[in-house]
Amino acid sequence: MRRNAAFTFALAILSLLAILVSPASADEATLRPVVAKFATVKNFSQTEAVVRELAATGDPAVGKPLTALSEGDLYFRKSDAAVFIGKESGQTVKLADPLTAVDAGEAAKAEVTKVKVNNSLRRVIRDVLGTLTLGAADPAARLAAAQTMFKAPDANSIEALDVAILDEHIASVKLQLEQARASAVLVSDLPASEKLAAITVLEARGGRDALSLLTAVQARADGAVKDAATAAIDRINSSLALWGAAQNVWYGISLGSVLLLAAIGLAITFGVMGVINMAHGEMVMLGAYTTYVVQEVIRTSAPGLFDWSLAIALPLAFLVAAAVGFAIERGIIRFLYGRPLETLLATWGVSLILQQAVRTIFGPTNREVGNPSWMSGAFELGQLSITWNRLWILVFALAVFFALLFVMKRTPWGLQMRAVTASRRMAASMGIRTPWVDALTFALGSGIAGIAGVALSQIDNVSPNLGQGYIIDSFMVVVFGGVGNLWGTLVGALSLGILNKFLEPYAGAVLGKILVLVLIILFIQKRPRGLFALKGRAVEA
Amino acid sequence: MISGKFFVAGADRRIAITILILVAVAILVPVLNIAFPPDSALHVPSYMVALIGKYLCYALLALSLDLVWGYCGILSLGHGAFFALGGYAMGMYLMRQIGDRGVYGNPILPDFMVFLNWKELPWFWYGFDQFWFAALMVMLVPGLLAFCFGWLAFRSRVTGVYLSIITQAMTYALLLAFFRNDMGFGGNNGLTDFKDILGFNVQANTTRSALFAASALALALGVFVTWRIIGSKYGKLLMAVRDAESRTRFLGWRAENVKLFAFTVSAVMAGIAGALYVPQVGIINPGEFDPANSIEVVVWTAVGGRATIVGPIIGALLVNAGKSWFTGVLPEFWLFALGGLFVFVTLFLPKGVVGMYDQWKAGRGHRLKAAATGDAPPLAPVSPAVESARAEKGWQVPSGGPEPAAAE
Amino acid sequence: MSKSGTILYLDGVSRSFDGFKAINNLSLVLDKGEMRAIIGPNGAGKTTMMDIITGKTKPDTGEVFYDGQIDLTRHDEAEIAMMGIGRKFQKPTVFESHTVEDNIVLSLKGPRSIFPALFHKRSAGEQRRIEEIFSTIRLGDKRHDLAANLSHGQKQWLEIGMLLAQDPKLLLVDEPVAGMTDAETEETARLLKEISKTHSVIVVEHDMHFVRELGVKVTCLHEGSVLSEGTLDFVSADERVVEVYLGR
Repeated sequence: MRRNAAFTFALAILSLLAILVSPASADEATLRPVVAKFATVKNFSQTEAVVRELAATGDPAVGKPLTALSEGDLYFRKSDAAVFIGKESGQTVKLADPLTAVDAGEAAKAEVTKVKVNNSLRRVIRDVLGTLTLGAADPAARLAAAQTMFKAPDANSIEALDVAILDEHIASVKLQLEQARASAVLVSDLPASEKLAAITVLEARGGRDALSLLTAVQARADGAVKDAATAAIDRINSSLALWGAAQNVWYGISLGSVLLLAAIGLAITFGVMGVINMAHGEMVMLGAYTTYVVQEVIRTSAPGLFDWSLAIALPLAFLVAAAVGFAIERGIIRFLYGRPLETLLATWGVSLILQQAVRTIFGPTNREVGNPSWMSGAFELGQLSITWNRLWILVFALAVFFALLFVMKRTPWGLQMRAVTASRRMAASMGIRTPWVDALTFALGSGIAGIAGVALSQIDNVSPNLGQGYIIDSFMVVVFGGVGNLWGTLVGALSLGILNKFLEPYAGAVLGKILVLVLIILFIQKRPRGLFALKGRAVEA
Repeated sequence: MISGKFFVAGADRRIAITILILVAVAILVPVLNIAFPPDSALHVPSYMVALIGKYLCYALLALSLDLVWGYCGILSLGHGAFFALGGYAMGMYLMRQIGDRGVYGNPILPDFMVFLNWKELPWFWYGFDQFWFAALMVMLVPGLLAFCFGWLAFRSRVTGVYLSIITQAMTYALLLAFFRNDMGFGGNNGLTDFKDILGFNVQANTTRSALFAASALALALGVFVTWRIIGSKYGKLLMAVRDAESRTRFLGWRAENVKLFAFTVSAVMAGIAGALYVPQVGIINPGEFDPANSIEVVVWTAVGGRATIVGPIIGALLVNAGKSWFTGVLPEFWLFALGGLFVFVTLFLPKGVVGMYDQWKAGRGHRLKAAATGDAPPLAPVSPAVESARAEKGWQVPSGGPEPAAAE
Repeated sequence: MSKSGTILYLDGVSRSFDGFKAINNLSLVLDKGEMRAIIGPNGAGKTTMMDIITGKTKPDTGEVFYDGQIDLTRHDEAEIAMMGIGRKFQKPTVFESHTVEDNIVLSLKGPRSIFPALFHKRSAGEQRRIEEIFSTIRLGDKRHDLAANLSHGQKQWLEIGMLLAQDPKLLLVDEPVAGMTDAETEETARLLKEISKTHSVIVVEHDMHFVRELGVKVTCLHEGSVLSEGTLDFVSADERVVEVYLGR
C-alpha cells in the first residue's frame, strides 16, 4: 500500500514537470500568424491553402479554428484583421480566441466579417481534421480518435483510416484503428467480401458497442452479410454472458473483500478469544472517522499530502481503535469471561455509547472522505470494468489477512495467543501473563477493525451508523466460515460475497441479501460449527 | 427446608399481588380517565393512558422474553420480530377497517397499494377485514415463525451465542424484507392512519381506555400463564434444560421440544403484545424489526431480573419511563444512558433489581432467624461459591462454540 | 460371537477426533444381568465409549447393538435413554437449581412429551416410587434442599437415584466413588451390587479397592481398545496392564 502511494506520488511529480516544460506556447506562436491569414483570403482556394498550411503543422490545436470554420463560426474584425471564433447572438457576436477559446469580448455584427466556407471546403476540413487527430503525436489522442470513429462510423473516413493504419506502429492503437475501419466499412457501399471481413473484426472485438453496430448491420443488410452478422451477434452474446458472469464474480470478490475486512478483526476477538464484541462495528466506524479527521487536517494545513492521507490514517486508525478496544477489554470484558451472553449485552451497550459519542462530536450526518487520486477511476480488463478503489481494497484485505495469519502462526505473540486460547491455566503456569495477552489480543482485533474502517471509508458513507451495517454481516461471515479459523473467515467472506452478487440479478439487492441470511441460517442448522469447524472431543463436550 | 417452601410461597404471593395490581389498574385508570373531568385532581390525562398502555405492551414483550431467556437460557435477540409480526397482523386489520375513508377512497385497497398502482388485494391480505381472523393471525404468524425457526435451530443444537446471532439475523432479514414496497406491507412507511377498531374510533378516549384495560389484562394473563408454566413439571424441566441440557437428554427428554414449546409460546405472547401496541401508538413500520429494538428488550428484562416473572415487567416500566424522561429532558444523552445501563447491569446487577431485592431479603431473613435462635449467622442463604456458580449457569447457556479460555 | 442374549454388543468400534483415535477397534460384550467394571488409564477411551453407547457420539466404524437387535448408532440420546440405558456422568451432573426431590421427579420413568409434563399431577404410584428411591439413596431428609447445596458424595448418590428413577435396563456408571469417603465408597459398592441383581451395569472406576469390592469381571481399556479382560486377579496379573496402568 505504502509503496503504491509512493509510486503515485512520483507519477504526480513527473506529470507536474511535464506541464512545466511543455512547449505549448511555442507552438501557439507559430500557429497564430497562419490563423491570421484567414482575414486576408480572397477566395475559397486561398482559404483551402490556409487550411492545409494549418494542418501541415500537425498540431492538434488547429482543430478549434478549423472546426469553427467548417461550421461558419470563424470571423475577423474589420478594424484590425484579428481572427476570432464567434457566436452570433442577436445584433452582436460573442468573440473568442481561435486557438485557446478564451473569451475575447463582443462585437457588433457590422464590425466583423465571417470567413466564407462551402461544402467542398468543409470536406477538406473534415479529412484534414480526421487525419490530423489520427496522426497526432500522442498515442492516447490517436486511440481516442479511433474509438470515437468506431462508435460513430462514417464511410468517408475509410481512406484516412487506411493511411493511419499503415503509419501506426503501436499494436493496440493499430487494432483500434482497424476496428474503426471495420465499423466504417459496414456503413459504406463496399462489396460484401469487405463487409464480411469487417464483421469478423468486430466479432473479435466483442462487447456491447460491437453488438449494437452488428445489430444495425443485421437490420440493414441481407444475404451472406446478414447471416454473418447474425452468427457474430450470437457468438458475442454468449461471450458477453460469460463476461457478465465474470463481472459478477468480480463484484462478488469485491464485496467479499469488504466483508473480509469487516470480519477479520472479529475472527480474532470472537473466533480466537470467544468474546462476542457487538461494538466491533463501532471500531470500524472509529477507523473511518480517523481517516476523516486526518483528511481534514491535511486539507487545511498540507493539501499536497492528500494522496498520502490513507497511508497516514492507517496507523492512526489502528492505534485509536486498538486503544479503545484495550480500554473495553480492561474495563468491561475481563470481568465477563466465560459469560458470553453477558459480554454480548455489555459490548452492545458500549456500541451505543460509541455511536452516540461520535454523533455528538461529529454530528449525525455523513462526513465526506475523499478518494486519493490513485484510488479513483476505473480500468477495463477485457469486458470487465474494474474500479481502482475496489481493487485496492481487495489487495488491502488480502494483505491484512496474510499479515494477521503471519502474526498468529509465526510470531511469539501469536504463539502466546494460541496458547492462552488452548489452555489458559497451562499457559499461565508456563509464565505467560494471560491477562496481558487477552488485552493485547482484543486490542489487535479492534485495531484491525480500525484499519478496515480506513478502507471502508473509501466506499461507504462515513456516519455514526457505519458500523451497524457491518456487524451482522461480519458475524455471519465468521460463523459461516467456522469459528476459530482464519482461513474459514477468508473463504466464508469471499463465498458469501459471490453468492450475494449472483443472487442479486435474479432476486434484487435486498431480497438477495435476505436469501443469503436465510441460507446461512439453514446452513448453521446443517453445520452448526461452520465450514471449517474445529473437530474434537473438547469442542463437542 | 423451610426457607425453600417459604420462598416459593413468597414468590406465589408476589405473583398474586402483581395480577391483582394489574387488574386494578385495568379498571381504575380508565375510570379515572373517563369519569373525572380534566381539571379534577384524580383525572388521569389521556396521554398518560396511551403512554402507560404502551409500556404495558412492552412489559408483556419483556415477560415473553423472560420465559425463554430467564427460564430456558435462550437469549433471543429477535423477539422484536414476533412483536412486530403481531403488530402487523393487527395493523392489517386496522387498514382494512379504513375502507373508503382513505385518501384515495378505494373501498378495498389500502392507500399505499393504490399509490403503488396495485389493482387487487394480495392474497395474504384476505380475511384481515374480520377481527377474529386478524386475532388468530396475531398469534399464529409469530407462533408459526418461532416454531419453524426453533424447530430448525434446536434440532441441530444451535445454542448460546450462535442462537442469539441467528435470531438477530432473522429479525434483520425481516427488517430488510418489510422495507420493500413489493412485499405488500406498506414498505418504509408501514401501516398507519387507522380509523376504527371493532367499529370504535381508535382516537376516542373510551377506545384508548379500553385498549389500555386490554393491555393490562393481557399482561395479567401473561403473568398467570407464565407462572403456571413455570410451576408445572414442564417448567422444572425447562429450567433443567437451561442448567444441564445434556443431562435431560440422557434422562430421555427431548430438550429440543422442551425449548421449542417455550419459544413458540413466548413468540405468541410477544405477538399479542405487538397487536395491542399498534392501535395505541397508531402506526406499525419496519423499524420495529430493527435488531436494536430486540436487544433493548433484553436490557429491560435484565434490569428487572431474569427468571423472576415480575422483574421483566418492572424493568420494562422503569427503563421506558427513563427513556421518556430522558428524551424529553436530555435527548442527546439517552443513548449514553441506555448504553451505560447495559454495561452497568451486566457488571454490577446480574440478577436485576428483583433478584437483588430477593437476595437482600433472604439474607436479612436468615440473619433475623439466626439471631432469634442464637445460631451462627450464615452470610448468605447458600454458600457464595454455589451462588456464583448458579448465577453463571443461568446466564450462560451451554455454549455451542469454543468456550472462551476462561471458561475452563 | 452371537448377539442374542447380550444387553450390549460392541464390535470393531472406532472413533477418531482430528486424527486422534479415541476408540480403536473396540469390541465388548455385556450379557444380560451382568455387571462389568472397566478400568484403564486416562485417555483410554472410557468416556468416549460411554458417549458412543448413549448416542452422544457416533462411531466412525463398527457395530453397537443393544438388547441383541437394536442398532444404537441409529438413535439419539433421548431415544436411547427411553430404551432403557441410563448414564451417570464422571462429574456429578444434577439440576442444581432444583430441589433434590424435583431432580428425582424429572427422572421418573414415564411419558417424555411436553403436554403430559405441562399438566402433570403426581400419582400415588409415583409418590411410592420416589419414597423407595429416597430410602435407597438415603437423601430423604434433604429432599427439599437445592441440589446445589449437596456435598460431592451426596450429588453422586442423587445422580444414582436419578438413574434408578429412570428404571433402566442398563446402567452406565462413570466413576461413582470419586471424592467419597471410605465408608461412602463401601456403601456405594453395596448399593451397586444391590442394583446389579435386577439390572445390567457397567462401572468405570479407578479405585481398585472399590473394583475388588464389586467382585465382577473386569475389562481394562488402553488407547481405545481392550487390553485385558477377566477377573480382577487375572487382569492385575497381566504384564501389560501393570505396565500401562497399575504400575509396579
